[in-house]
Order: sequence, then structure tokens, then C-alpha cells
Amino acid sequence: MTELWNGLLKALELIVTFNPEVMAIAGLSLRIAVTSTLLAAIICLPLGSLVHFKQFHGKRVLISLIQTFYSVPTVTVGLLVFVLFSRSGPLGGLNLLFTPTVMILGQVLLVSPILVGLTVSALSGVDRTVTDTARSLGASGRQTAFLILKEARFAVMAALVLGFGRAISEVGLALMVGGNIKGFTRVLTTAISLETSKGDWELSMALGIILIIIALVINVVLNRIQQRR
Amino acid sequence: MKLFDKYTGILLGLALFAGLLVAGISCTGETTTTTSSPTATQPPVTTTTPAVTTTPASTDVAPLPAKARFRVATTTSLYDTGLWGYLEPMFEKKYDVEVDILSLGSGAAFEYGKRGDVDVVTIHDKPNELKFVSDNFGVERVPFAYNYFLIVGPPGDPAGIKGMNPEDAFKKLMATGEGTFVSRGDNSGTHSMEKTIWTNAGFNYADVQKAGAWYVESGLGMGPTLNLANEKHGYTLADMATYVAFKAKLNLVPIVDKGSLLLNVYSVIAVNPEKVTVVKNIKMANNLVSFLTSPEIQELIGKYGAKEYGIQLFTPCAGNEPKG
Repeated sequence: MTELWNGLLKALELIVTFNPEVMAIAGLSLRIAVTSTLLAAIICLPLGSLVHFKQFHGKRVLISLIQTFYSVPTVTVGLLVFVLFSRSGPLGGLNLLFTPTVMILGQVLLVSPILVGLTVSALSGVDRTVTDTARSLGASGRQTAFLILKEARFAVMAALVLGFGRAISEVGLALMVGGNIKGFTRVLTTAISLETSKGDWELSMALGIILIIIALVINVVLNRIQQRR
Repeated sequence: MKLFDKYTGILLGLALFAGLLVAGISCTGETTTTTSSPTATQPPVTTTTPAVTTTPASTDVAPLPAKARFRVATTTSLYDTGLWGYLEPMFEKKYDVEVDILSLGSGAAFEYGKRGDVDVVTIHDKPNELKFVSDNFGVERVPFAYNYFLIVGPPGDPAGIKGMNPEDAFKKLMATGEGTFVSRGDNSGTHSMEKTIWTNAGFNYADVQKAGAWYVESGLGMGPTLNLANEKHGYTLADMATYVAFKAKLNLVPIVDKGSLLLNVYSVIAVNPEKVTVVKNIKMANNLVSFLTSPEIQELIGKYGAKEYGIQLFTPCAGNEPKG
């Protein structure tokens, strides 16, 4: 248990002294997770809305399928991306394997099912009476959709937070396609994994605490944005 | 804080706006052609390009194209002990190159080499190294340092194997079933060595795996496997460098440290561009081979970690197969 306490002290020390290596690693973690979540959001919020508002055959099956992919293991996505971008793979010519770029691409794939699925849930969660009232007051289809989206914004925000959480906390994909290269693709989670296998548990614990602090800051920021609206 | 706040807000707003737009269109059912699903999104993140600005210092330097990075896959023990971290800046400076080091088990390192995802491998798994070279994936196997494997275990030595040679120790473990043995079980160089010992002791490895509850496969790296053996009061086969680095955290002592079988040789092998046509840095790979076997670096390897751990971690052997 001393590791925990020492880890906490070490985390404080690393933060207070602005340890350049740790700051760079934390910065990369944040950059990759934020970028991939936002990219995924730009793709998935429209897709989710589309799935919700359109009526089509196999909609339920599609939603079940999307929800199934919430549970896809990060290493499996990692393996897929690895095989695609390996020099011997179909996209090997792009020379992207073991770069932050490919880590972002992988995380977009990882986070997308969550964002699409939870957007659908968020929109479905809007009370039926909202739609009915709007319709009875003469709102057009488009106006009703706007209203539903506005009502659902908190739930959509929750989806984004969850997606970000999955992106910043995953280790399998980052290790597999990023390679944990020092000063280039090393992020907090892969650094934790490395330091643990090296036996430096205090540093591992400290890095974990820093990751949680980042998540805390992000959540506070998002909360404030929500409350302003 | 303020800036970030604004930035996130704008982007979130943008995303929501896009959502509204598509939803609005689709809900009214006016258009059937959906303009959604933006494929092939190229992330706007630019990777840091290696600084290839200064002119090459010596003639054997192969300057790399600006985007290419020289990649090395190494066995974890050379990385976790910090040896690679110590040598990397020297090599980068000498040859003006950006080196990416991937720390893996030897099994995975070979796989990366075969796929052309790394230009060179530094590993410790002789049988598979020879196969890697004879299959033409590797150019040549060049040993550059060695140390020894150890069988470590609880100080009480429940199976009574202390001081035996490794084959006899394994025979006794099998015969008595006393004392847990934790295997890496991950196709690493250490795991490969363990299999060799079982074979030399006269056992079929597949039978060993089924021998009983005393034989545990961790599937983990060397450090975590040592921790597992420690928790289970069991034995494990460990490379000396990792054991020494972990010793302070463990209640495990060397039980078997004699026997020619326990020699642990680290080699460097350049990936063969004639077989693996996608690798492009063979010149730099050759530079690394001559770097690691050069007298100055050999001396540094021999001294590495001696002060910190009070023991020589690696014995240099400049291109020659050491004799136990």
C-alpha cells in the first residue's frame, strides 16, 4: 500500500516541478484523445441522428450491432489497424504505423460505436410529449428535429464524455499501433504499462493519478459549458 | 483554461450543428441523397518530423528521407534495464537519425521484422534467430553481449533444487511436483530458453504444459512474471538483468545459476531487404550493427549498470559467439 501514498506524492512532485517528459506524455495523451473524440463526434453525431430519425428496415438489428461494438476489445481494434497500416499491409505505403496519427485513427474507430449508439439513445430518450406538443403546435419536421436535438444535448454531452474516457484510458490500441516510442508515441497509459513492467510502481501510480486529474479537468470544463447554456 | 474552454465549446458546437443539419434534412424527408458518412478523415495532427538538418558527419552515414524513421524492435530486457535508453542518443547523434525503439518479446520482434515494420531487431533467442536468418528474413546474426539466465525461487527452496544444473533441476521439479513453476508462456526469448531446458531434460514441452497445477503460464513480460512467481512463492526462469533490476521488490533468490545452457546471448540482426522488400533502411541497420560491435560501445555496454546494481549486467562479445 505504500506504493499508493508514494505514488500520490510522486504525482504531486511531477506536476509541481513541471517534469518536461511527463508533461509531454500527458500532453500527447490529451491531444490524441481530444482529437479522436472530436473527429468521431463530427462523424457520429450526424450518423446517430440519421439512424434515429430515419425509418428503415433492419434498424433494430443495426442498433444492436452498434451496441455490440461497445465491447470490442481495444487490442482487437489495434490489431485491425496494425494489419491495415503495417508496411506489408494494404495501407503500408502511407507509412503511418507507429505514429500519433494512426493512434488517432484507431481511437476514432474505437469510440465511434459508443458515440453513434449513445446519440441514438439520447434522441430516443426525449419525452414523446415533446414531439407531440411541437407537432400539435404546428412545427415542421425540421423544427421538431431541432427541438428534440436541443432536448437531448445533455445526454449527447454524456456520450462525448464517455467516448473521451474510453479514448484516454485505453492502452491496448495505443501500445499496438503506437508502439510506445519514447518522445514520439508514448502516452500516459502505455507509459504506465511500461513502468509497471519495469517495476517502477510509484511512477506508474503517479502517471495514473495524472491521467485522472486530466479527466477531472476535462469534465469540469464540460460541466461549465453545459451550465452556461 | 479560458482558451481551451472556448476551443472545445466551438468544436462541440460545430459537431452538434452538423448533427442538427443532417437530422433536419433527413427528418423532413425532402432529400434522399444523404451527404453524411464523411469517409477518409485525415486527422489534422502533424507528426513531428525528425530533424535531418545537419550534414552527415562521416561517409558511412545513410541520410534518411525526411519522414522515414529508423525502427528497432528490441527484447524487453535490453529496454527495461535502460541500456537502449542509454545508447539511443549516442547512435542518433553519431548518425544523425531519429530512432524509434519498440520494446517487445523476442517472438513479437521477429514478427515485426518479417512484416517489415522494423529495420533491425535486437533479441536473445538463438534457435529462432538462426531460423530467422536461414529463412532469409534476417541478413546475419551478430552477437554483441551476453549474460546468464537464472532459475530464481523462494529462499526456502521447497523442491530442493538449489545448486543443481538446470536440466536436473527441471527433472526434479517434474518428479516431485513440489513448488510452483511460473513460465513466461509468451514465445519470448526467455520462454524459448525454458523450452530448450525442458527438451534437454528429456521432456516433451506439450507434456510439461499439462503436467499439473504446479506449472503456471503467466503470459506476461519478465517483470510481471517475477512478481507473479513472488506472490505464488514459486520458481521462474529469468534473465539476469531484469532479475537484478527487480530484486529489491522480490523475495526470490537465485536457486540455479550454473550450467552452460543458461548462457543468454543478445544479438542484433538487420532485416533483409531482399526478402522483406518494404524495409528501406538497410544502410542504417548496418550502421547499428557496426555501432553495437564497435570497441567504444562494447566498453560502455560492459560497464552499463555496474554502479547502480553492483553487478555487471552485460558482458560484451563483439560479434563472436561466447562460450559458457
